[in-house]
Amino acid sequence: MSGFLALVGRDLRLAWRRPGDAALVLAFFLLAASLFPLGVGPEAQLLARIGPGVLWVAALFAGMLSLDRLFADDFADGSLELLALGAAPLELVALAKCVAHWLTTGLPLAILSPALALLFNLDGPSAAVLTLALALGTPSLSLLGGLGAALTLGARRGGALLALLVLPLMVPVLIFGVGAVEALAAGEGVATHMALLGAFLLVALATTPWAMAAALRQALE
Amino acid sequence: MPSMHALANPARFLRFSARVLPWCAGLTAVLLVVGLYLALVQTPPDYQQKETVRIMFVHVPSAWWSMAGYGLLAVLGASLLVWRHPLAALMARAAAPVGAGYAFVCLATGSLWGRPMWGTWWVWDARLTSMLLLFFLFLGHIALSRAFDEPERGDKAAAILGLVGALNLPIIKFSVDWWNTLHQPASVVKLGGPAIHPTILVPLLVMAAAMLMLFVTLVLLRTETEIGRRRLEAAAMAGG
Repeated sequence: MSGFLALVGRDLRLAWRRPGDAALVLAFFLLAASLFPLGVGPEAQLLARIGPGVLWVAALFAGMLSLDRLFADDFADGSLELLALGAAPLELVALAKCVAHWLTTGLPLAILSPALALLFNLDGPSAAVLTLALALGTPSLSLLGGLGAALTLGARRGGALLALLVLPLMVPVLIFGVGAVEALAAGEGVATHMALLGAFLLVALATTPWAMAAALRQALE
Repeated sequence: MPSMHALANPARFLRFSARVLPWCAGLTAVLLVVGLYLALVQTPPDYQQKETVRIMFVHVPSAWWSMAGYGLLAVLGASLLVWRHPLAALMARAAAPVGAGYAFVCLATGSLWGRPMWGTWWVWDARLTSMLLLFFLFLGHIALSRAFDEPERGDKAAAILGLVGALNLPIIKFSVDWWNTLHQPASVVKLGGPAIHPTILVPLLVMAAAMLMLFVTLVLLRTETEIGRRRLEAAAMAGG
């Protein structure tokens, strides 16, 4: 456990020393979301209708940006090999990387989303549900994305390939995440959607570390 | 019939495949001729859908076998990772584009069928959308297996992706069903017997058998090609 926390701390310190990377992701999220009103027109009704979906898709794409470097830097300078030889199992190492990725991308995106919800004319409760859904859904995105990053380690054309692999797998998170906000608008409870997001996260937590470790071992062979 | 583990040896597989392939190809041809005759000539036009109902005889089997094809990729991936069968990797390489082709045929025929039935080329209906996502999963598998300089690395990465994809596929299907259902409910496999008339069911099953045999034939043939290609590469490396 202490090794796990040390790894998360190390990645957070690395991210802290290069704050431009995380800021870039947030800037992309903001920019991508604000292009939509320019594309579809400024009617408040329409924006409130498509807002949750647009923000979720923008969050999905923004999360993709920093993924291809998740393992690549450590792979290039050899520290991944040292981590694989170390006391902590590779599954835990991979999980720690994903936790750090979420803390530097998914969580800031969720925190920023109420401000963007204002741009899309969402009311207070909808914005709150959207923020909660993002906070609960983005960890799954980091785990699936980490799997994609591990699988494409050392591949040609890594970035575009990563998106092709991972985005179809992320569809359930997108559907349940947007569904939570729409259920609120339809007057239904949001508990079902949140429970499904949570269930997906648990399944991802239980499976992806093993798959990531297997993929990393192949890359290190 | 040799066991799965015996066939993991490429030389033994080639001998087995050389014996089986002509029969598979012949059976495919016979079943296709019979099935297409039944489907295009023998079956009466539907009283609502007229002649367009005949698209179903290609559309539905291609949907079935593309889904089964992804299952095959998962099984092959597991046998590569667990038993390190060298042949499983080559067969997965051979099967993925065939499965993607079937998924594409399903989407294309669905679109052609949708035009007269729904009045539009594309509807974001639950089953069409799941099939589109399955098509993307196939594309990802194909792209990943060919993305590395060492083919073995691509094989293993694609094997892991196939397993994760097969695990996620039911969840994707469930979420898309949840998201939208506009299609008619499933009518062949359901409790209390099929809900469609034998004049349509028999040609459908014959066409399903024909397209299965076509799938098997193509995969065997492409696996032979992959074995040949690997041997050529190995020979070129050895010869410098």
